[in-house]
Amino acid sequence: MDVPRNWRLKHQRYRLRGTRCLQCEKLSFPPVMICSKCNSRELTEFFFSGKGKIYSFSTVYQAPIQFQKYVPYLVALIDLGEGIRITAQLTDINPADVKIGMDVEMVIRKICEEGDKGVVVYGYKFRPLMAIE
Amino acid sequence: MLAVASGNIDYALAVGVEKLTDLSGYFTTNGLATAADADYEAAMGLSFVALNALLMKRYMFEYKFSKQDFAEFIINAHRNAIHNPNAMYRKTISTEQYLNSKMVVDPINLLDASPIADGAAAAIVCTYEESKSVKSKPIIVSACEIGTDTIAIYNRKNPLILKGVERSTQKAIRTAGIKHSDLDFLELHDAFSIMTALSLEASGFADYGMGLRIPDNGKIKINGSLPLSTFGGLKARGHPVGATGIYQINEAVLQLRHEAPEAIQIEDARYAFTQNIGGSGATVVTTILERDHK
Repeated sequence: MDVPRNWRLKHQRYRLRGTRCLQCEKLSFPPVMICSKCNSRELTEFFFSGKGKIYSFSTVYQAPIQFQKYVPYLVALIDLGEGIRITAQLTDINPADVKIGMDVEMVIRKICEEGDKGVVVYGYKFRPLMAIE
Repeated sequence: MLAVASGNIDYALAVGVEKLTDLSGYFTTNGLATAADADYEAAMGLSFVALNALLMKRYMFEYKFSKQDFAEFIINAHRNAIHNPNAMYRKTISTEQYLNSKMVVDPINLLDASPIADGAAAAIVCTYEESKSVKSKPIIVSACEIGTDTIAIYNRKNPLILKGVERSTQKAIRTAGIKHSDLDFLELHDAFSIMTALSLEASGFADYGMGLRIPDNGKIKINGSLPLSTFGGLKARGHPVGATGIYQINEAVLQLRHEAPEAIQIEDARYAFTQNIGGSGATVVTTILERDHK
């Protein structure tokens, strides 16, 4: 992926920016131009909290080429508290400790490097929810 | 199909072609991941296998199955492929070999996944009138129906229900005017063992969560009541992605003409069901073929 494409996704990648429908309140991530529930075009931006539960997870051993140097790594489907599902990597956890239903939270991490001259892509990953002291 | 059915043309040639082995696996993995959501699945490090692995993991969790419960789909495909001269892997596989093969994306190991392959296949479609004057045995296309779903898995309310498969199958069964029980065998899109289970369920051959029970009592073997992957399926014949759909049609035609190799010929086969899936269930085409009795 080239610079412009990564740049255009920055608010989604760093802040989980989605949309909220002003007609029916439906939340969407990624952001949408038209509400998939009521077809309204009246939407406003909405920032997801980044807290959720693991719906499913997996360990990748054979990866696409730009991710090959990170194997094995964890990927997951996460149900965010606001009621939408997101695909992301898991981080800061031992694979043996991951469980379906586990509470997780979003953090910013390096996603991949696109070669010697390419972009270093940062974005959301999820880690086990930290208890607040 | 529709161009012939509409009467616009009398004959059409459908060709499927694939060439994947000019590049090593890393690059092909990248290419195949274009069947997923580029910005929110592939860009996050998920391969196409990873998406299927997430489904398989959740399936095993929700319905309490172990990996061994998927074995018979794999073993059956390889058992049939031995007799298919066009199959990539003409060898049997044991449960032990299946369970111990190299992990690709947990819980999908090498033998859960269909191999990428080169290949080409073709089929000629013509009007019923024209078919009366051709030399080979024509086969009737009773239905060929498409169903769609979201490309991304995270957009589906229940990812274990393949809505595209459900829609495509229901339309095809209705168009053909037959019942599920009329079908003599199925050529499903067994790209991964989990896809076979989910397809059987969404197509209405098993209740949700019961797809893995279908192989019980030899039901999916050649002489069973619901034979699967009679020429080895994607799993053992190989999965030349762009050609797979037409391969399935060719295999079904051979069965209905009673021209399949003897060991894998379905006795008195009349109705065939083939299903080709694009992405993780985003685009699904179900074709029902019938032997002409007249």
